[in-house]
Amino acid sequence: MADSVDARDVTTRSDAAPGAASAGLDPEVRSDLRHELRATWVVMRRELLRFRQDKARMVTMLLQPLLFVFVMGTGLGSIVDTGGGTSFQTFLFPGVLATSVLFTAAFAGISLVWDREFGFLREMMVAPISRGSIIWGKCLGGAVVATGQSLVLLALAGTVGIPYSPLLLLELIGCLFLGALLLTGIGVLLSTRIKTIQAAMPVSQLLIMPMMFLSGALFPLSGLPDWLAVLTRLNPLTYVVQPMRYLVLEHLSLTEAEEARLVPVLTWFGWHVPVGVQLLTVAVITLGLVTLAARVFRTTE
Amino acid sequence: MSDTVGEAAIEVVGLTKRYPSGGTPVDAVRGIDLRVEAGQTYGFLGPNGAGKSTTIEMLCTIRNPTAGTARVAGYDVVRQRDQVRRRIGLVFQQQTLDLQLTAEQNLRFHAELYGLSRADADRRIGEVLEMVALADRRGDQVQRFSGGMRRRLEIARGLVHAPQVLFLDEPTIGLDPQTRAAIWDHLQWLRENTSITVFVTTHYMDEAEHCDRIAIMDHGEIVVEDTPEALKSRVGTDRIALRTDDDELAITRVRERLGIEAGMHEGQVTLAVADGAQVVPRLFTELGVGIRSVTVTRPSLDDVFLTYTGRTIRDSEGPQAPSSPFAGRR
Repeated sequence: MADSVDARDVTTRSDAAPGAASAGLDPEVRSDLRHELRATWVVMRRELLRFRQDKARMVTMLLQPLLFVFVMGTGLGSIVDTGGGTSFQTFLFPGVLATSVLFTAAFAGISLVWDREFGFLREMMVAPISRGSIIWGKCLGGAVVATGQSLVLLALAGTVGIPYSPLLLLELIGCLFLGALLLTGIGVLLSTRIKTIQAAMPVSQLLIMPMMFLSGALFPLSGLPDWLAVLTRLNPLTYVVQPMRYLVLEHLSLTEAEEARLVPVLTWFGWHVPVGVQLLTVAVITLGLVTLAARVFRTTE
Repeated sequence: MSDTVGEAAIEVVGLTKRYPSGGTPVDAVRGIDLRVEAGQTYGFLGPNGAGKSTTIEMLCTIRNPTAGTARVAGYDVVRQRDQVRRRIGLVFQQQTLDLQLTAEQNLRFHAELYGLSRADADRRIGEVLEMVALADRRGDQVQRFSGGMRRRLEIARGLVHAPQVLFLDEPTIGLDPQTRAAIWDHLQWLRENTSITVFVTTHYMDEAEHCDRIAIMDHGEIVVEDTPEALKSRVGTDRIALRTDDDELAITRVRERLGIEAGMHEGQVTLAVADGAQVVPRLFTELGVGIRSVTVTRPSLDDVFLTYTGRTIRDSEGPQAPSSPFAGRR
């Protein structure tokens, strides 16, 4: 009983508003925003420190994307007709790269459940910082860790015929970070609801696998049956995978046949959605998710 | 009340916490008043479920009171939450360290959350690690620390931001006697060498002897509050425990022939008297019941606890907290 906290127990920042007038006179509170930003940074840096300590995780998280590109990509390559000299692996690579942040990012988000279980969450909850700083720090930290990890895979781009153009690399890293933040946000949102470690793993698996397969990471989106086309367009990860593939293929000189087959064309009710709009969609969804997570966290924890 | 603000580290008036449990609300804390002077070590005792944890959580701004007010370090725990938080250190019952990080990383994380500058953080981290004798382990992962070392590190962490009040909720629970003694050595050091106010809950009555004042809480109320010495002299009695051939008869005879109330406690006939040495001979001559053993104990805080709660602290650790009748109860 004493350990369960009901919603009304929570002293939120907005609850503290009546004291704000007097608090404004307090010199300590003047640098509030700076303090919160610093708190976010500190929570974020903890994620990086933890990841550095966990080298086994770094290796295992990379195994799956490597298998996809080099084993499945090579194996299926002989029966896939790309319409020209471009290999199936080249097509596959940006998709797999995008999904390589999936597990690490979602896991980083859901690790809030572990923080709660092992008590460390309490240390953060009683500090003179807002709940929002905890959530943002957690999300940004997880996203940086996941992005950093997928850089190892990105370094292998040359082996499947993708040029190391600085602009392309920057664009891809930007997309990876956005995708990672999306997944961390989903993970954190889940862990505001899930209270036990036992439940956390299956729930995240249940979410990650469909998201991966329905993003079109492993197959082209054109010519899908209606039911599958609808599902892919409802999946926010699609709007990370497709721009990345588009950006990669743009840097290659493709034949017309290859372009028709490989370059993704994403439509909403017949409207051809530009890459910029796709990425903006992800950004908006991500912002919404993290904000929602922070709000839920404020009222339930 | 307003003229005393500033001297009191903790000031509580009519503090109440009601939990909506099912249909009938439960009052975990029932309008308690409390005042802790700055610089004191204050012991907060009580059986499980007495409301100690809820009280400490309200003082630490983790829970909002249903009614009443509490000021800690001069600030209101509800309206000035962050000001309170900056001025208090917390050591929880369950451990709250990041086991994957090193001792120093844990402390640095804390220092930065509390807004210390880098230079201040460096200095304070060195000082507190020195204080709890973990300076040589600062670069080790906390995972490799023993339970006692983790506890010491948590106390060190609670002190990093130089709080005015340090709250410890059962800091020695589950630790071996040597480690318990070591923890209290640190707290004693704080009491003697710093002006920090320490508010500590404990189940161990011997630990309460280290406190300047203690309060005993039961059923959501503070039943008594004083210095350990004053409380012991208030109970004011020696305790005699008897093993007899016929306990029922012995109790009756003690009442009728000696005019003293007696009761059963932990399988023995127990009675409280002013001077045990004088009463023991009378028991043998006047009782007329076979006596197999007699134990006389000087008053301890255990007796104080027993007197005011009707339970020994050991009883109260049981899941149902059964109440045992006690001879000395007035």
